[in-house]
Amino acid sequence: MKQFWKSMLKSPSGVIGLVILLLAISVAVFGPMLFPNSPWRMVQRPFLPPFTLSSVPLGTDALGRDVFAGMIFGARVSLLVGLVSTLVALIVGVPIGAMAGYFGGKVDDALMRFTEFFQTIPSFALAIVLVAILQPSIYSIVTSIAVVSWPPVARLVRGEVLSLRTREYVQAAVVTGQSNSWIILREILPNALSPVIVLASLMVATAILLESSLSFLGLGDPNLISWGYMVGAGRTVIRQAWWITVFPGVAILISVLGLNLIGEGLNDALNPRLSREGR
Amino acid sequence: MTAPATVSIKNLRIALPKSAERPYAVDGISLDLRAGKIVCVVGESGSGKSMCAHALMGLLPDTVDVTAGEIMFEGRDLLKLDDDGWRDLRGRRLAMIFQEPMTALNPLMRIGDQMAEMFEAHGLLTPRERRARALALAREVGLPDPERIVRAYPHQLSGGQRQRAMIAMALALEPAVLVADEPTTALDVTTQAQILKLIRNLQRNRNMAVMFITHDFGVVADIADQVVVLRHGKVVEEGPAATVFSAPQHDYTKALLAAVPSMDPPARAPLDDRARAVEVIGLDKTYVTSGGWFREDRRVDAARAVNFNILKGETLGLVGESGSGKSSVARLVMRLIEADRGTVRIGETDLTSLSGKALRAERHRIQMIFQDPFASLNPRRKIGHIIADGPIAAGVDPKVAFDRARDLLKMVGLDAGALERYPHEFSGGQRQRIGIARALALEPEIIVADEAVSALDVSVQAQVLKLLEDLKARLGLSMLFITHDLRVAAQICDRIAVMQRGAIVELKPTAQLFAAPEHAYTRELLAAVPGRNEQAPAA
Amino acid sequence: MLSFVAQRVVKGVIVLLAIVVLNFFLIRLAPGDPAVVMAGEAGATDQVFVKQLREKFGLDKPLPEQLFIYVKGVVTLDLGFSFRQQAPVAKLIGERLPATLLLTLTAFAISLALGILFGTFAARFAGTFLDTAITVFALIFYAMPIFWVALMGILLFSVTMDWLPSFGYDTVGGNYTGLAHAIDVGKHLIMPAMTLGLFFMATYTRMTRASMLEVKRLDFVKTARAKGLSDAVIQRRHVLRNALLPVVTLAGVHSGTLIGGAVITETVFAWPGIGRLMYDALLQRDYNLLLGVFVICSAMVLIFNLITDLVYRLVDPRIEFAS
Repeated sequence: MKQFWKSMLKSPSGVIGLVILLLAISVAVFGPMLFPNSPWRMVQRPFLPPFTLSSVPLGTDALGRDVFAGMIFGARVSLLVGLVSTLVALIVGVPIGAMAGYFGGKVDDALMRFTEFFQTIPSFALAIVLVAILQPSIYSIVTSIAVVSWPPVARLVRGEVLSLRTREYVQAAVVTGQSNSWIILREILPNALSPVIVLASLMVATAILLESSLSFLGLGDPNLISWGYMVGAGRTVIRQAWWITVFPGVAILISVLGLNLIGEGLNDALNPRLSREGR
Repeated sequence: MTAPATVSIKNLRIALPKSAERPYAVDGISLDLRAGKIVCVVGESGSGKSMCAHALMGLLPDTVDVTAGEIMFEGRDLLKLDDDGWRDLRGRRLAMIFQEPMTALNPLMRIGDQMAEMFEAHGLLTPRERRARALALAREVGLPDPERIVRAYPHQLSGGQRQRAMIAMALALEPAVLVADEPTTALDVTTQAQILKLIRNLQRNRNMAVMFITHDFGVVADIADQVVVLRHGKVVEEGPAATVFSAPQHDYTKALLAAVPSMDPPARAPLDDRARAVEVIGLDKTYVTSGGWFREDRRVDAARAVNFNILKGETLGLVGESGSGKSSVARLVMRLIEADRGTVRIGETDLTSLSGKALRAERHRIQMIFQDPFASLNPRRKIGHIIADGPIAAGVDPKVAFDRARDLLKMVGLDAGALERYPHEFSGGQRQRIGIARALALEPEIIVADEAVSALDVSVQAQVLKLLEDLKARLGLSMLFITHDLRVAAQICDRIAVMQRGAIVELKPTAQLFAAPEHAYTRELLAAVPGRNEQAPAA
Repeated sequence: MLSFVAQRVVKGVIVLLAIVVLNFFLIRLAPGDPAVVMAGEAGATDQVFVKQLREKFGLDKPLPEQLFIYVKGVVTLDLGFSFRQQAPVAKLIGERLPATLLLTLTAFAISLALGILFGTFAARFAGTFLDTAITVFALIFYAMPIFWVALMGILLFSVTMDWLPSFGYDTVGGNYTGLAHAIDVGKHLIMPAMTLGLFFMATYTRMTRASMLEVKRLDFVKTARAKGLSDAVIQRRHVLRNALLPVVTLAGVHSGTLIGGAVITETVFAWPGIGRLMYDALLQRDYNLLLGVFVICSAMVLIFNLITDLVYRLVDPRIEFAS
């Protein structure tokens, strides 16, 4: 483990990503405690430009609501949705992929047809349809994002398990009389996890993008303020009040960027290359 | 030897990056290449032989540095050349062939195009002339059906054909020097024999100076005029081949030569009155790749009506080239894969009729040692666990299992501290020993060794083979020994079964097989072993 | 090759049918009476319309029969009727499809061409400032949500600098014809296409760079150097060709995301395609229209995947056409 953190900290992307993520998490957890202004309350006149009043540092929107407060509370929603939906996608995708890869044959065929079916459907379109049908709420959003996100996980895990299954130490485990569940859990999965971890960090980033896109289109939970919703709300008044769309978007950009960087850092740490630039 | 050297390497020193285990890959090497002569550069892994070859072509990786020395060719020091200078010489005056012909050829370009590229690189001939020359070259290196091959892609050729294509490419511009970096190591022994013959003939016809890198002394015996022995980046011995073989000076050379298994099988006591440890009857296995709805399926026979017995305390060798089915048979016997038909009996128990828990209960009786020391141990588990996992799964008390693991490590020559370490902290030979300990942990009756020493350096190989023989005698084991190396088989097996395309073509006691082989394929196989005429030097 | 295409087409049809069945169950998943759901927010107010739907789709009949009626309808290209827009869904989609194709194909072409170009540069000059700059930009563009890029584009190019139009397919009331019309459409197309393409350009840049660096280390590149070939030829003929294979695969994988991105792009830029149609259906809670667009989007993805798969097999001689 120590080795892992050392290599993680050696890659600049990893460090920057970690810093950003820690920042985002602190904002999400501590922000609402330190800045308890409700983002739904009218606190000033509408369309107050940013950097003019210290109590509303990023200005107000069309209804006089504090943009800064909105961003802080929005952090919670985005991060929560991102993490939970990725977790659900992993809980669904990893076992499916592992079973398909390990048992092969008909099990593999059936599971892969099922996975391919979901992968063929354009993910954002399906997410829109699901949230629309199930009525927008944080539960339907998390569900729909998880539903469109699990196929790549299953695919990846299947590929890893498939290649590890013929690895000699796995064959040794079979030959020394281990049971199937032992082999999957103790021999195969620990060695298959590195690319899954990298994928997971990228999935959280994608989940945040999906959630903000859904909120932008008006499919967000009506009781929760999120960054996508703010950008969507500011769309019609972009000529008068550019700050309503710019700042929440920057927040999304930085969060997603941070997660992608962590993914890169994880990739460097977990899959070391022998030499980077040799001719 | 009064002719001037074509290439003269003097005091070459190549430094490795700071993080490497030693400061120099090549530490003050001097050697000469002469027209019409083959110089074999021999050494084990890490000796620096491949680096020498790359230095001669200016193809060293960016991570290493040439810190001293010179390479004189046609009056110039090659190490002082700039990019353009190198590009002019490469292919035209200096040519190289590599070890892995599959990866050394561009998979998206036709063979003929890749050959014609040689001419294109130096601005010679028109496109039509290039194509004609490519065809002629293909014929010269003995490629069958040259018109078709020239239009084929690399993956459609066999390993031997790809290597011939590479040789054709290298010789296209009639270079003065050919550098061959282990060109036959990845080939079957029969193919290797053909390629070696080809290289010798071409070299003689064109009077080239050849630097031939290899780790195989048999190959050296067959083709070398001069021998240079490398160790840890230094030259420990050099001289004419005959001299080095008959009267090696340096201890290391003597040790290396002694470690090469002889082609003469030792006398062995017959075991006719023993009980049968393993009985294999009518084993059949065909791999089918489906062709979809509109094409035919592709069928490959891995095992065809395979029958053999192994007597108690006997070592039966399963010998063959790639595609012979020997690895498949090993896995069928272990029930790692399922046979289409046939029976495998261990003692009185019919292994093939068992499944699930019953099968797992019997598995301890027959255990396996694998080929790749780097892939046969789980990199995330400690050695102690790796060895003790099997017994624990069978119900043995963990403390007892770990104590036994400690004993086993001692038996294979490793200290008890290894229990707490991870596989990556050990060398290839040590990992194979751990693999042996793991196999013995379940107190088996039979050991299946699947190319267990093929990935090891020759000196390490000798040690591991000795260990296996000792353990086998001490514990009264029977062994199924899979190998492609007939020398090893000669030394370690009581009887040998020769396999070809899934079938056993000949099965005889070792001495008989070597002295009077009956089947045509067996004869071909024995004739192809490099250096079979070379006697072991007087100790 | 023909058998391969035939096989894939058949598989594709099966997948589409499965999607239609999925639609069927989704409608029933929505809260409320399926007939009311299918009528949409507007149509639900019209009792006659709702009753017509109930009869047409046999909503009092047992479930399997309902399924059969529904699937039969879709197969005969009767995707239902949009009460709000007062037109058959199929007709609405047919009108808007060309605009979406124009947008997505342009965005795809731009992103692929520029992505490969930048990726090649970054790999060529790996480790230098140019490489770092390209990589950083790629990372940033990869993290930007499409709707935000769209709005920033509008802010910059329409509001601030007034260079480009910010909505629509062509200038309202312009009445251009021939070349002038094409140019007008082109002007309207630039921002949406660039917006949609930016994310994918970043993806292809990173993939191309990584792939080229990977291929450069392979043995056959060493062989090419041993022949004395010039760097330029080696890059072009040996490295690039092999490095582009994974990029082709990636293009196929991303086809679904491309369509999804088109929905947002068309919404922000009021581009009259099926993505915009989907958004309208969303606003109006017109589920029939929504699901109809959904099926067509899936069909587009299937066709796109088939094409990229075909291209890959044609380019890589190692893959045979058997499945």
